[in-house]
Amino acid sequence: MIEVNNLTKFYGDHKAVDNISFSVKDGTVCGFCGPNGAGKSTTMNIMTGCLSATSGTVTIGGYDIFEHPMEAKKLIGYLPEQPPLYLEETPREYLRFIAEAKKVPRERLADEVERVMKETQISDVADRLIKNLSKGYKQRVGIAQTLLGSPKVIILDEPTVGLDPIQVVEIRDLIKNLGKRHTVILSSHILSEVQQMCDEIIIIAKGRLIAYDTTDNLEKQLQPKVMLEIQTDATKEESEGVLGQIEGIENAEYSEEDGLLKVLITTVPDRELEIRKLLSRKFAAIDRAVLKNDKVKANLEEIFIELTHAEPETHEEKREGDEP
Amino acid sequence: MTAVFRHELRMMFSSLTAYVYGMFSLLAVAIYMMYYNLSVGYANFEYALAGASFALLIMIPIITMRIIAEEKKQKTDQLLYSLPISTTQVVVGKFLAVFMTSVIPLVIVSVYPIILKNYGNLYLPTAFGAMFGYIMLTAALLSIGIFISSITESQPMAAGICFAAMVLNYYMVTLAEYALSSAYGSFVALLVIEVLLALLVRHMTGNDLLAEGLGGVAMVATVAAYIYNSDWFEGLFPAILEKLSVYERFYEFVDGVFDYTHVVYFISVIVFFLFLTVQSLEKRRYN
Repeated sequence: MIEVNNLTKFYGDHKAVDNISFSVKDGTVCGFCGPNGAGKSTTMNIMTGCLSATSGTVTIGGYDIFEHPMEAKKLIGYLPEQPPLYLEETPREYLRFIAEAKKVPRERLADEVERVMKETQISDVADRLIKNLSKGYKQRVGIAQTLLGSPKVIILDEPTVGLDPIQVVEIRDLIKNLGKRHTVILSSHILSEVQQMCDEIIIIAKGRLIAYDTTDNLEKQLQPKVMLEIQTDATKEESEGVLGQIEGIENAEYSEEDGLLKVLITTVPDRELEIRKLLSRKFAAIDRAVLKNDKVKANLEEIFIELTHAEPETHEEKREGDEP
Repeated sequence: MTAVFRHELRMMFSSLTAYVYGMFSLLAVAIYMMYYNLSVGYANFEYALAGASFALLIMIPIITMRIIAEEKKQKTDQLLYSLPISTTQVVVGKFLAVFMTSVIPLVIVSVYPIILKNYGNLYLPTAFGAMFGYIMLTAALLSIGIFISSITESQPMAAGICFAAMVLNYYMVTLAEYALSSAYGSFVALLVIEVLLALLVRHMTGNDLLAEGLGGVAMVATVAAYIYNSDWFEGLFPAILEKLSVYERFYEFVDGVFDYTHVVYFISVIVFFLFLTVQSLEKRRYN
């Protein structure tokens, strides 16, 4: 559905996007992740035709965004980082204007506006001025705008930024629902958020693509070793004895927690389940209780920080202000 | 285009802009009509329009300052870029909306000469000829105002620059005749204008080489022409301004001349400034 090839963008001498290529299949929810100033917004602006590229191509549903902008733009609904709202209008008026601009047939106009308002749950504020709405509602109006005309692709730039935790959950649910009928691309600087919502993740930093894979694969790839955490009332010496009998344990770290011994074990991935069973039995055999025996969830956040900072430092400073 | 037009018109009428503009417009014509036609007793409605055209200096900035500057400030321009409508359609739609807003009060004004006709010997064709000229003048000034609104993000800034441009437009011929009609005066004025144009080119294209090249060639040509024969420059600058001034063309209509070249001129001014506006918006995508 979306093909991005060797995309590069310079702002003057500053390279904001550096030779990025990826393709997103129909019906996927794809997350764009990277620290602030990584080039997420720039890439999205180029993909939606708001900004020109220095080189490279973007194809949406077979149409090149630079060669056939009108056809390509008809397939896209775009929510920029700051929702583009006319504050002096009501959501109904605003959505009507955009539906007209998207060439929704006149007789279906009112129904289409009703439909997206229902979907984004803004029907009850439909006739209040947008400037009087809360940030969460403004964001919903922004998302409603992208849904008009049922475009195949929906691109959302930092849709949950600046919302309170309850609103964040609501917007996330909304986006997950959208993923059932549209191809969705969203950006965020919080990896765990992208991890929750997306099938595929693209990580970029300093304008370069660092990782691009399905969420599951990425978790495996980034975390080749499995970590186990156990809690036991055995002493450190007893535990060392037990662990020594089990094959496949590569490392163990001991610490004290609530009067119990906490052991963090690194193992090879394919034997993880077997090792967990063995641990239970062996400790039971020496009459010691195991109070916790769990796989530790891969901490993508740490790896993300590692990845995005491991990139060789360039001499250029990050220039936030350059992002339009 | 119709979507942008309707949207813009609705915004104009849901805020105070359209009403304030209409009030100023009607008030200006009314005051001058009171003076020229009712008080002094001239049988020429044209004079009232000529007088009222002065009020456009304030009215044009009021109506055009918001039109594009606000889009940039609220970042709604990103929305317009991402919608399946071209920049030209956006600009033309906006222009038609402000034009419509400015023409509506004139519909009321167009009844005045008919009323006056009942009480005196008014010649209607020249009155309506001047009315047509007044509408063309308004449209030309609006396109300049829209362009100025597109080069800044701040409404007050747009209004300020626009007001300065309008005043300059209004007085430039008179001023130039006083100060710059000598050959040397014209020469210096031309050089200054060339520098300003080069700066504008640089601001719009961001290309130093192009701006310096164009400005340089123009200035060298001017200096060469001045050295070769300075007589050419006698009264040149006021003459050029007279040809360029939109107000001078309008006064021709007031004098009862209906010349198609003037109509073509007004349309050229409108197309030129709308073209510049489109370029100014497109430039943001290629920064």
